[in-house]
Amino acid sequence: MDEVLEVDRIRCDGHGICAELLPELITLDDWGYPIVKRGSVPDHLAELARRAVDDCPVLALRLASITAITRKR
Amino acid sequence: MDLIGANAESLATHLERFGPLPALSSGELIAEVEASGLLGRGGAGFPVGRKWQTVAERSSGHAVVLANGAEGEPLSHKDRSLMAARPHLVIDGALLAAGAVGAHDIILYIGTEHLAANAAVRHALAERSKDIRGRARIVTAPPGYVSGEESAAVHFVNAGDARPTTTPPRPFDRGVAGKPTLVQNVESLALAALIARRGHGWYTDRGRRGGIGLVTVSGAVNHAGVHEIAFGSTLGDLAAAAGGLRGDSQAVLLGGYFGGWAEVDEQWGLPVDPGSMRARGLAIGCGVVHFLAADSCGVEATSRIVAYLASQSARQCGPCVFGLSAIAATMQRLATRSPQAGDLDHIIRWTEQLAGRGACHHPDGAVVLLRSAMQLFADDLAEHQRRRCLTVSRPLRVAVA
Repeated sequence: MDEVLEVDRIRCDGHGICAELLPELITLDDWGYPIVKRGSVPDHLAELARRAVDDCPVLALRLASITAITRKR
Repeated sequence: MDLIGANAESLATHLERFGPLPALSSGELIAEVEASGLLGRGGAGFPVGRKWQTVAERSSGHAVVLANGAEGEPLSHKDRSLMAARPHLVIDGALLAAGAVGAHDIILYIGTEHLAANAAVRHALAERSKDIRGRARIVTAPPGYVSGEESAAVHFVNAGDARPTTTPPRPFDRGVAGKPTLVQNVESLALAALIARRGHGWYTDRGRRGGIGLVTVSGAVNHAGVHEIAFGSTLGDLAAAAGGLRGDSQAVLLGGYFGGWAEVDEQWGLPVDPGSMRARGLAIGCGVVHFLAADSCGVEATSRIVAYLASQSARQCGPCVFGLSAIAATMQRLATRSPQAGDLDHIIRWTEQLAGRGACHHPDGAVVLLRSAMQLFADDLAEHQRRRCLTVSRPLRVAVA
């Protein structure tokens, strides 16, 4: 299923581990907070994306299915 | 004028003017509001009927209605003047919404600084039946721009903390006391109370574009104030209603601090209504129309607004705390013509990076404002980077904020 990376902006403290693990999809702004590339996570990066989610020290990153996002909007 | 008056209306006068509330079923109410095409007046312009339907589907009779009269937008006065003049119409709208979505409890959330509105609604509630008094209560919203953001309003009622929360869950899924909650601007509710009485056709027949609404006109006009307009009235009509322009004006802020700058000459014939404005890439937002005096600098006016928005951050999300305040500080250097190298480029880059990166839409609102400033004041921004100004030879105080 198509998934997107979502950041809980209130939890995120800008540790930056996600950008280290997944520079293809996540870059950091000038203050170290993540900028997530638009669109769904491509299959070949799915494993790394899961790793980034698991390794976030404040559990601020998650993978959400596209349908859930559509509903939210 | 249905929504404007000099004094708070008593229940007797209210009933005399508008008649009793019709007894409509939930389905009939939602259908009527939906057919009217009424869009929310808090700023986002979400279709009211669809919002009621969404909460109704989740409520099982235990939903909550939160009538939002926080009105933290500095240039907007329409909600407080509506509540001060037509408190019973707002209460009617909240009661109808409660009937439509299946809610028992009603919260009237009113900005603490809106003294006349608070007094009027309190007095109006005291005139209502014991049943209604038992269901509805007033909660005073703390001052601040974000207090009226819907998740912040729910958070304040639940925990005394008027800062936005992470969504999902959205209030319509889990809001006040964990119940599905309809958060609806007070003007939207008052209009729904008129539509329920007079039918959707009454509403869609009003004006050239179907509908009425409240706007707050301010800045370089002779009589700043709140006006009830029929949709399709032009920007020029609004300026005339406000006593005409005071001097000359080239730029107008439409929609409020989250809205955008537009050129006065180009938009003089703009029909002021949600659809016409969206078609031109503008938004009616919360109905703010602020004319900038010709001798005021647009860069400086924008800088003041951005500084205000940065100061009003709930300081929860990194991009808003650091990014928005950096933009504000840099804009201020530009506005005062004491920039550092690359300041304008920084503002442009940071603005694009800020979009969509907050728990609430506070940073997004600032992005909309900044983008419009970069378009309309592009030449002047470039001049400011060169320590010059196209408008004024020395810094002037601007009437914004």
